[in-house]
Amino acid sequence: MGWTRKDLLSIRELDAAEIVLLVETAASLQEIAGREIKKVPALRGKTIVNLFYENSTRTRTSFEIAGKWLSADVVNFSAGGSSAAKGESFIDTARNIAAMSPDVVVVRHASAGAAEILARTLPCSIVNAGDGAHEHPTQALLDLLTIKEHKGHFEGLSVAIVGDITHSRVARSNIHGMRKLGMTVTVAGPPTLIPPFVQELGVKVAYRLEDAIRDVDVIMMLRLQQERMSSGLIPSLREYSRYWGLTLDKLRAEARPDVLIMHPGPVNRGVELSPEVADGPYSVILDQVAKGVAVRMGVLLLLAGARGEAA
Amino acid sequence: MMTRPRLREKAQVLDDAALDRALTRIAHEILERNGGAKDLAFVGLRTRGVTLAHRLAAKIAAIDGAHLPVGTLDITLYRDDLDMRGAPVVRGTDIPFSIKNKAVVLVDDVLFTGRTIRAALDALIDLGRPLMIQLAILIDRGHRELPIRPDYVGKNLPTSRRESVAVRLREHDGEDRVVIEEPEEA
Repeated sequence: MGWTRKDLLSIRELDAAEIVLLVETAASLQEIAGREIKKVPALRGKTIVNLFYENSTRTRTSFEIAGKWLSADVVNFSAGGSSAAKGESFIDTARNIAAMSPDVVVVRHASAGAAEILARTLPCSIVNAGDGAHEHPTQALLDLLTIKEHKGHFEGLSVAIVGDITHSRVARSNIHGMRKLGMTVTVAGPPTLIPPFVQELGVKVAYRLEDAIRDVDVIMMLRLQQERMSSGLIPSLREYSRYWGLTLDKLRAEARPDVLIMHPGPVNRGVELSPEVADGPYSVILDQVAKGVAVRMGVLLLLAGARGEAA
Repeated sequence: MMTRPRLREKAQVLDDAALDRALTRIAHEILERNGGAKDLAFVGLRTRGVTLAHRLAAKIAAIDGAHLPVGTLDITLYRDDLDMRGAPVVRGTDIPFSIKNKAVVLVDDVLFTGRTIRAALDALIDLGRPLMIQLAILIDRGHRELPIRPDYVGKNLPTSRRESVAVRLREHDGEDRVVIEEPEEA
């Protein structure tokens, strides 16, 4: 049925029908990217604020493009060039931005729960664009759209998510989404990067890359956040790459010929993915980025296009 | 959710044979007005306009032998009442041919206020610059709020605003029929 939420804070809070609605709305908006005039008037007169406290290329840019293609006015606020650098608190900054009456605030923050605090504080719609190690719902939605377009369905598919599961909000959002849609998920990585009790999310755990990628439909490689090395969670990049890097040889030996290779970016070439795999025929990494714009258009449209009913 | 009153059927306007005759006549009129089928294309408005566009294209193929392209237009993103309708449902536009320099026949089932057609014209022109746009409508029920008139009409049907017109087509509803409905008395 229709969309009724004020905010998009997590995949965990959605039910399967809501996830499918978001994915299908995004799918039907993809056509706009191929037009000569990439603009539709749906959100004319609406204001969207991108409030980014963490670095981001793909996510911020694609929210900005998505808003502009829908004819909204998009304002970017990044912590570096703002009063946050002068010591203003998160809530104070947010209240100040809210005083300028935006319709949607897209927020990325290093602390889990930042988006939810804003949603409780501000009257406008909030989109979580990544909060700490908690969730990154629009990334999961674009991953799901990519899978849907390549595999045609969700139910019964199997996915391996490989890498730093503990610190990955992308993994967390995807696990919730994939489980709700009837997919089987295996997480894999060095034991130091697998959270305890992760099985309670309904996933299997593998401690060898080869075991994880055998016979799955989708392999999702996560970025190794290099600061993990200094914190002692992995011994060396070289060792990580040797055991957990996906190479053409490992792929040919273990994976299915029609497997999809996904990565949320940015890729550490030669660490989690060898260049031949990242640029190879199985890889849909750039397709994911293209779908990111459609997904963010869908989210903005459903949140900002429906305010009349709530009012 | 907005609750709508239950509707009951008041009268039948077209049966299957009359509906088919109306489409046949419109197909002939389209060919006559445009001097043949050269550079013509159909664009139907979701949902039943698309079905009617395909039927008109089939009629023209039978009369003239020309196979005209048929596109699908979703006008959700162009509505002037997006704010008043709850969450939008977008089902996508699919026009797999260039409309540039084509005479595009826009097809919808019912013409009422004209606001849908206003949105469709904007949506279509965003996709390119057609040579001209013509409008084919199965039922014109009046009550226009914008200066829009159809080029081809299946049937003019004076209605009151409280009534509604339901176009039922085999592909969606299992029957070809047009009826007037009115709210059940409370």
